[in-house]
Amino acid sequence: MNDNIFDTIIVGGGPAGLTAGIYLARGKAKVLILDTGSIGGQMVLTHQIANYPGVEAISGYQLSTTMKKQAKSFGCIIKSNIKITGIELEGETKSVTVNDKVTYHAMSLILSTGGRSRMLNVTGEKRFKGQGISYCATCDGDFFQDKEIIVVGGGNSAMEEAVSLTKYASKVTILHEFDHFQAFEHAITEAKENPKIDFIMESHITEFTGESKLEKVLYKNLKTGKIHEMNIDGVFIFIGYEANTTMFKETNLKLNKWNEVLADEMMKTNIDGVFVAGDLREKRIRQVTTAVADGTIAAVSALEFIHNN
Amino acid sequence: MTLPTSLKHIAGHEEHAKVISDNENVMVCCGRMGPMCIPVYEIMEELQDEYVNIEFRDMLFDNPEADVIRNIPEAASFMGLPFNVYYKNGKVVAATSSIQSRDQITEILDRVF
Repeated sequence: MNDNIFDTIIVGGGPAGLTAGIYLARGKAKVLILDTGSIGGQMVLTHQIANYPGVEAISGYQLSTTMKKQAKSFGCIIKSNIKITGIELEGETKSVTVNDKVTYHAMSLILSTGGRSRMLNVTGEKRFKGQGISYCATCDGDFFQDKEIIVVGGGNSAMEEAVSLTKYASKVTILHEFDHFQAFEHAITEAKENPKIDFIMESHITEFTGESKLEKVLYKNLKTGKIHEMNIDGVFIFIGYEANTTMFKETNLKLNKWNEVLADEMMKTNIDGVFVAGDLREKRIRQVTTAVADGTIAAVSALEFIHNN
Repeated sequence: MTLPTSLKHIAGHEEHAKVISDNENVMVCCGRMGPMCIPVYEIMEELQDEYVNIEFRDMLFDNPEADVIRNIPEAASFMGLPFNVYYKNGKVVAATSSIQSRDQITEILDRVF
């Protein structure tokens, strides 16, 4: 039997992909799970998950480790931190090429590549990552004891992390591009009532500067067009997520204007034998629980597809 | 005080000195069990089989003896976990801070070792 031929290849090893793998492998399908990063996806990046039914509180790392172990125990083959250099969604046999070396084939594909944190994509952002710019308050907050920082964003993460960062920082400025926040009212109120937090609205950062570490940001007031300078020790960026669908842009897979995959309630895409599960698809609620539900449905659909073909 | 990973650990000053003196090429990831650190440990675990000429170790950032990593001059401007330090013949040849991708890590390994 050819080691590179599977019933289903799952592209993405977060909670959606791992769940799909568990269901498919228990349904006696031969399954390969591929991930370009760590197994667990964004779940690994979650400090604590307290709303996963049946588990009182668990770190994202622990939950993903358990899911991975479960998927492996049912027979899934898992390959992480690989580079996907080719993908063929059309035709009776689908294929995925890894690291320009090996091509795997399958009758069906489940796409579960999830989402990724948005970056500002402005000058200096990459250079000062870890040297003043951070995307994780729980990881890096204590480096900013008694320092002045900016939190970029207007959603729940930005509000909640800004409040949590006041434990360390002497002053936190929330900088947001709109004239209102998208966060829940209680999160906005908590931030507004915190004496250490200031706000700059209708502005965005245009450049990060410094020598060996971040020292200054330039930001533009979107109403007046005026560029301002601010000396700063750190910037935390929480501006939401985007679907990880770049690798499908050259295919016929239907995406919406935000590059999210379109699918029906059985997770079927517009391409026969190609299913989708998790944060990369068009949907409103993105949680571990909804990813797991998507993965279950996609796996059942893929099993039906395999049996009918 | 060590991290609960499946990598080999460095527990203190003495072990750190021994690891960098006994091995020509060493990568040490100094962090916590946090979201920016765990992906780097996983990548190192996978790279162990591929880069057999390199000794991969981790060290708990909150271990008081991790000052041997925290206080190196190359990390003076670091404000993000983990601290990744690369040693050749006992000398620091590269250091980075915050999460790194497999490509970013292998680029350094291929360049400095």
